[in-house]
Amino acid sequence: MTPSDNTTMQNILSGDYYTNNFTLSPAAEGDTLVLNLGPQHPSTHGVLRVVVELDGEYILKAEPVLGYIHRMHEKMGEVKTYAQYLPNMGRVDYLHALAWNWAYVAAVEKLAGVAVPLRAEYIRVITCELNRISSHLLWWGAYLLDLGAFTPILYAFADREKIMDILQIVTGSRLTYCYYRFGGVSADITPDFIDMTREFVGYMRDRLPMYKTFVTENMILRGRCVDIGVLSKEMAVRYGATGPVLRGSGVAHDTRKIEPYSIYDRFDFDIPVGKNGDAMDRYDVRIAEIQESLRIIEQALATLPAGDYLNPDVPERITPPKGEVYFAVEGARGKIGIYIVSDGGIKPYRLKLRAPGFSNLHLFAELSQGTILADAVSILGSLDLVIPEIDR
Amino acid sequence: MTAQPPVDTPLWPLVLYCAIVMILAAFIVILSAFLGQRHRERTTNEPYESGIAPTGSARIRFDIKFYLSAMFFVLFDLEAVFIFAWADAARPLGWTGYIEILIFIAVLLLALFYLWRVGALDWRVEKHRRSKRQVTKVN
Amino acid sequence: MMSQLLSYLSLPLVHLILSLVVILAFLGVNGIVLIYVERKVAGFIQRRPGPYEVGPWGLLQPLADALKLLSKQLVTPMGADKILFWAAPILSFAPVVICFMPMPVSPMFTGMEMNLGLILILAFTSLNVLALCLAGWSSNNKYSLLGAARAVSQSVAYEIPLLITVLAIAFQTGSLNLSEIVASQTKGIWSWNIFVQPIAFIIYIIAVTAETNRAPFDLPEAESELTAGFHTEYAGMHFGLFFLAEYSYMIVVCAVATVLFLGGWHGPFLSGPFWFILKTYALILVLMWFRWTFPRVRFDQLLNICWKWLIPLSLINLVLTALLVKIVR
Repeated sequence: MTPSDNTTMQNILSGDYYTNNFTLSPAAEGDTLVLNLGPQHPSTHGVLRVVVELDGEYILKAEPVLGYIHRMHEKMGEVKTYAQYLPNMGRVDYLHALAWNWAYVAAVEKLAGVAVPLRAEYIRVITCELNRISSHLLWWGAYLLDLGAFTPILYAFADREKIMDILQIVTGSRLTYCYYRFGGVSADITPDFIDMTREFVGYMRDRLPMYKTFVTENMILRGRCVDIGVLSKEMAVRYGATGPVLRGSGVAHDTRKIEPYSIYDRFDFDIPVGKNGDAMDRYDVRIAEIQESLRIIEQALATLPAGDYLNPDVPERITPPKGEVYFAVEGARGKIGIYIVSDGGIKPYRLKLRAPGFSNLHLFAELSQGTILADAVSILGSLDLVIPEIDR
Repeated sequence: MTAQPPVDTPLWPLVLYCAIVMILAAFIVILSAFLGQRHRERTTNEPYESGIAPTGSARIRFDIKFYLSAMFFVLFDLEAVFIFAWADAARPLGWTGYIEILIFIAVLLLALFYLWRVGALDWRVEKHRRSKRQVTKVN
Repeated sequence: MMSQLLSYLSLPLVHLILSLVVILAFLGVNGIVLIYVERKVAGFIQRRPGPYEVGPWGLLQPLADALKLLSKQLVTPMGADKILFWAAPILSFAPVVICFMPMPVSPMFTGMEMNLGLILILAFTSLNVLALCLAGWSSNNKYSLLGAARAVSQSVAYEIPLLITVLAIAFQTGSLNLSEIVASQTKGIWSWNIFVQPIAFIIYIIAVTAETNRAPFDLPEAESELTAGFHTEYAGMHFGLFFLAEYSYMIVVCAVATVLFLGGWHGPFLSGPFWFILKTYALILVLMWFRWTFPRVRFDQLLNICWKWLIPLSLINLVLTALLVKIVR
């Protein structure tokens, strides 16, 4: 290496703000390796960046670095009217867009005192649960990809494709849905939609045992998940984890049951919970949730009432009275909370989005400590993170 | 292995062959270097670290486990060579040779189980994890 | 005329050059075919068509890939050890080619008849580790370094059960000459070693899957952890050589498996190269099937499988084989 080479190397290998201000773990003995996982890394699903300090293959310290896909959704909420902000909700968490739709729409409805027709509530339940299944399916495929199984993701995508086809009929879009409106939904469901959904419920029920045999019961997969990233109840609660991550640790907390919104109290479904809080439990909880969602959809389809799909009395430009409101729904990743402060104008005064992934991600720093790199990848995958949702 | 007459193999073709193959492989690379594009921007030669400027050199000392692994390999591979020597002469050595190699393999297995017992084969050490976790509690 | 030609053929140099040409041509074609087959197999398992845009049924896809690789810039990362960095791909590819020399494709065609053919193959396949190690170390990349460390401990660990298993076969047939090992399996299908030594076959297949760094043991290049492992920094034909080496290596281990366990060139009819190649490719398809079916094992699990299962098992297998051979003879 020539001296000039050396200086350029010094310039280029100097790292950036986060690595230079990374405080090394006090437990470090001898040389440790500071390594960036992400923002361009196959296992971080997007642009999450985790700075890890490695001792050999052991992780001494992991520090998530956020903000690579920050889009100022909260600030946008303050400069757009209530209706204009609706499309944003499909883009916060693109995998479970309808839950965010729902959280925002319901918060505004609660603030403005808008009534929602019963049929619209049913439609919301059906579409939101379908979307939840598609989100869990994608997680399933991506997680197995993290664990080195290349094939399941394509099966998951094929199944998910069916859901997207179904939702496309009524919402018109395939990923970033903007379907719910203040006081209902934008379009009524069609007989086509109902038939296809019924068919899908049966289809998915047939598929799940196959996935169980081929994937869930695979010895290697169990070796990669069982007893990996054990998350105790206390720790999950301490970090404010929600969704399958919390339920995997044995806390039966589901917003749909704890604080039933909409018409979830009418349906008979269980909250799957895990025992040990390891990656396998989180896996099992999600798979069981697909079953439960199918049950909910089936019941909702059976008891679907006739009537309006949209409250006709809602004005085009909705102006909720002065006040504040918080509304939470259960998304695929956990509790989605929307907090709106209104000053009585056409735009919210302040809007706060509570993304479940944000809390879940911060578990990773403590969970991954002392594990080996491969386990950390397994843990990161089992948390089911959607980075745009975390950065917002 | 004494049954068949040894095939008289001259060694020089093998050496020549190795040399030709090396030259050919080098030729492919050099050809590619000539045919390939050539551009050089500021970060063209930057080592990849997930799209972020790497911090420090990658020339570090790392886990002792890897050295242990290498040492075990040398040990066991050497033993395997001894077994090869026995296999070559097994027929003339007869039952004496067999019992001798049996003792040898038993010792080898014992050594393996000893390594197993003392935890040298536990590549992911739980104890190590726990103590580390206690020392560095996040928050 | 014909006899004169044959006498020329028996000259070492002519024979050598002929073998070299044939082997290199075979390797090149094989690499291209295997890439295509692997992608089609992956497509079949994953319910998608696989490559089908370039040429009829996508047949020209691997050629297009090869041309693309050839025209890419060879980037040497900053701070890399240039000589080692450039030597590593060559060192990875060359030993594999040499492994084909003693391979008995048919009774007529063997690159080089030698007493210790098996040992030669084992020795040269082990050299691959050195290349991975050099690649990882010289890249000045942290992922590469970790990948290389993994590659080395994985490869050296699996060398031992491989060696001992192969030894059990060699002991049973009483020869390290590959042609003679094949010759010992001529008494019909049931004399094939896969039926005589099923445990050895299973150990062998597991060990070579690990040796060739194929999924589920592809830890050195574990994509979701180390991006591309030891060849993260390699571009263009550098990467191409690693890739070619991997596929050629697959052929070597599968061909050796054919020789050791599946009766080499013997078959119910048409004995000869046809059966040899058929069996080899069938085994390769099995390896591909593994790759697209299983999740990746973890590093410690991988080494545990080797040290705690395969090595004791292979040693016991060897002792039992020796005992049986003693009793029978």
